[in-house]
Amino acid sequence: MHNDKRRLIKHALLLGAFSLLPFSLVSQVQAADTVKVGIIHSLTGTMAMSEASVVDAEKLAIDEINASGGVLGKTVEPIVEDGASDWPTFAEKARKLLENDHVVATFGAYTSASRKAVLPVFERNKALLYYPTFYEGLEKSPAIIYTGAEASQQTLAAVSWLMANKGKSVYLVGSDYIWPRTTNKLARASVTKQGGSIVGEDYLPLGNIEFSSVINKIKAAKPDIVLSTIVGGSNVAFYKQLKAAGIDSSNQTLMALAVTEEEVTGIGAENLTGFLTCMSYFQSLKNPVNEKFVAAFKARYGEKRVVGDPMAAAYTAVYLWKKAVEKAGSFDVPAVIAASSELTLDAPEGEVKVHKDNHHLWKRARIGTINAQGQVDVIYESAPIEPNPFPKL
Amino acid sequence: MNDMTETPLTRSSTQASTTRRLRDGLLPLLERHSLIWLSLLLLVILPLSLGDFRLGLAGKYLSLAFCAVGMVMIWGYGGILSLGQGIFFGLGSYMMAMYLKLEATATDEAASALAAFYGSALPDFMIWNSVDALPWWWKPFESATFTFAAILILPALLAFVFSYAYFKKRVGGVYFSIITLSLAAIMSIMIIGQQGYTGGVNGLTDFKTAFGLSLQTPQTPWILYLITSLLLLGCVALCGFILRSRLGKVVVAIRDREDRVRFSGYNTALFKAFIFAVAALISALGGVMFTLQVGLASPSLVGIIPSTEIVIYAALGGRLSLVGAVYGTLLIGVAKTYLSENFVNFWQYFIGFLFMGVVLFLPTGLAGLLQRLGHGKQEVQS
Repeated sequence: MHNDKRRLIKHALLLGAFSLLPFSLVSQVQAADTVKVGIIHSLTGTMAMSEASVVDAEKLAIDEINASGGVLGKTVEPIVEDGASDWPTFAEKARKLLENDHVVATFGAYTSASRKAVLPVFERNKALLYYPTFYEGLEKSPAIIYTGAEASQQTLAAVSWLMANKGKSVYLVGSDYIWPRTTNKLARASVTKQGGSIVGEDYLPLGNIEFSSVINKIKAAKPDIVLSTIVGGSNVAFYKQLKAAGIDSSNQTLMALAVTEEEVTGIGAENLTGFLTCMSYFQSLKNPVNEKFVAAFKARYGEKRVVGDPMAAAYTAVYLWKKAVEKAGSFDVPAVIAASSELTLDAPEGEVKVHKDNHHLWKRARIGTINAQGQVDVIYESAPIEPNPFPKL
Repeated sequence: MNDMTETPLTRSSTQASTTRRLRDGLLPLLERHSLIWLSLLLLVILPLSLGDFRLGLAGKYLSLAFCAVGMVMIWGYGGILSLGQGIFFGLGSYMMAMYLKLEATATDEAASALAAFYGSALPDFMIWNSVDALPWWWKPFESATFTFAAILILPALLAFVFSYAYFKKRVGGVYFSIITLSLAAIMSIMIIGQQGYTGGVNGLTDFKTAFGLSLQTPQTPWILYLITSLLLLGCVALCGFILRSRLGKVVVAIRDREDRVRFSGYNTALFKAFIFAVAALISALGGVMFTLQVGLASPSLVGIIPSTEIVIYAALGGRLSLVGAVYGTLLIGVAKTYLSENFVNFWQYFIGFLFMGVVLFLPTGLAGLLQRLGHGKQEVQS
């Protein structure tokens, strides 16, 4: 029965192949004078468009640090992993960084979904993640330091300014997922408290490109202010259709909460000119740290590249980690977390301070007008706002 | 357990004498026990040679291998190409996750702090989405017994009823594939759309305990790996048993000439629906083990892409080989891990080429290739 022989060979070969498996996966031996940090973002898939530039900012910061002598005398070696816009992959890669590469800190995650997927992994390993995106709040993990704004630091400042300067009736429009819904919950409470009214609230699926009915409703409601939390590619269609419907900055106040300089490039500045946006950071900020950051970024990645809020927050995160390590005198995670409390840093967005217990940053909210060059002219800047991820509504 | 694979080969008599000699030796013991080989790999070699992290990865891929084993049953032997096995994987995964989420909500400190803050003890994502009360179809999942019963019954029942309806109408071949494909798409769109009830794109995550046992101890991944392996081996054995039974023979006969079997008086739709339900049950078990090990249920596991990947796993292993499906899944898992760690920016192209290569050069999979190599000439039927 040669059939049996065939089967024997089959299994012998398969077994041979699999016993080689551990050897093919042997991890690199860490050199004594380097220290490994992880970077975990989507470099492939639908989120790559937004996240790849965040990786660029993180790598820039690491290279700058290495050029000036490293951290505690050690060269920082970044290990980049691709979350592939897929949340289980994020969890897997986070485990790989922590349990296989034993990184001392990790910079990464972008969407809330990816953060939620890696959070249990970081908590289980008692590790440290720096998260750079502005997000909805409602979270406080001992394993994460949040360098982006949480909802109250952006929304509340934006609403107060709008109420004082632009009118009282507000139309809320956003993409249908957790960040816009939470943001609008806060906005509604704040608008009502300040004597304003919400005249409409609409959510559209992520990736939606048909806005005519919403635009008609906005036209009929004639609000003083449109507050948009539409994200990603939908924005291109939204602003083009607004313009086609005859709505522009000359006859309608509109504030976008998810449009950074990068999105402006994608949407086309001509469709957005004169509309408002609210972030902690704009590329146009005038301060020495930012000018140096922008110049270094353009020198390395090209004159045409722009810098947006999450990129600056990611760049800040690397320097915050360096400062905390140096203050602690060790790479040990609990020591670094302890040293991070109330740590201040001169970041591209100005001075930031880590909150003493909720792991978020004290940040300023800035409101600006989008100009024809796709940059933002700052017209208002708040005092540093205390982070409060669980705001009372 | 012997003869796990059908042998679609016509035996040539020239080599019979050599084999006959080997037959009296040690070889029959080894070669006829493919399941024992697999057990050895899963229960001894991998645990001994892999560290915590790699073993966890192996466990994750093994949970996908459940679907591939099911795929061998329905596609290789039943002749039904389903492009929607992710549905049943997802059902198992989500039902397990619902139980774990409710357990986390009831016991975890952070969750109860959040609940106290918002004044209701709901899973965190429901609170964020302004859902006021636990939906009725979530409530039974507070019970572990119900959850297990549901996992064992629901996907299989659903698969049976759904596929029987179509098979009875004699919908088959590519039309059935398209229907399963659309169902997979519908399911992932539904989960993403119903964010307040399903967690949306975020999925269900952040579990701390399972049945009162912590998921965070260093032993947990080992225990879960062991359960996954044993369960998978059990499923392979069960499928082998079904295929060798008379029922299995009828299924294969239906695959080859359905009309003849029907004319002989068999209700072929019933047999096909049964085998489809078995595959659904196995896939659901894989989903359960996936959720326990990876710690989340996500819509990205139920859609079209994961469902078609399952077909590739089975194709690589050889769609007539139950153990081959497991090897195929593991190999692609290893390739994905290796490539994504070493070619961070463009690893997905390699995976794409790998899939294309399998279809182009290995139409009968690894099992077929090895049979060809062992035999020296190509006589594997497609």
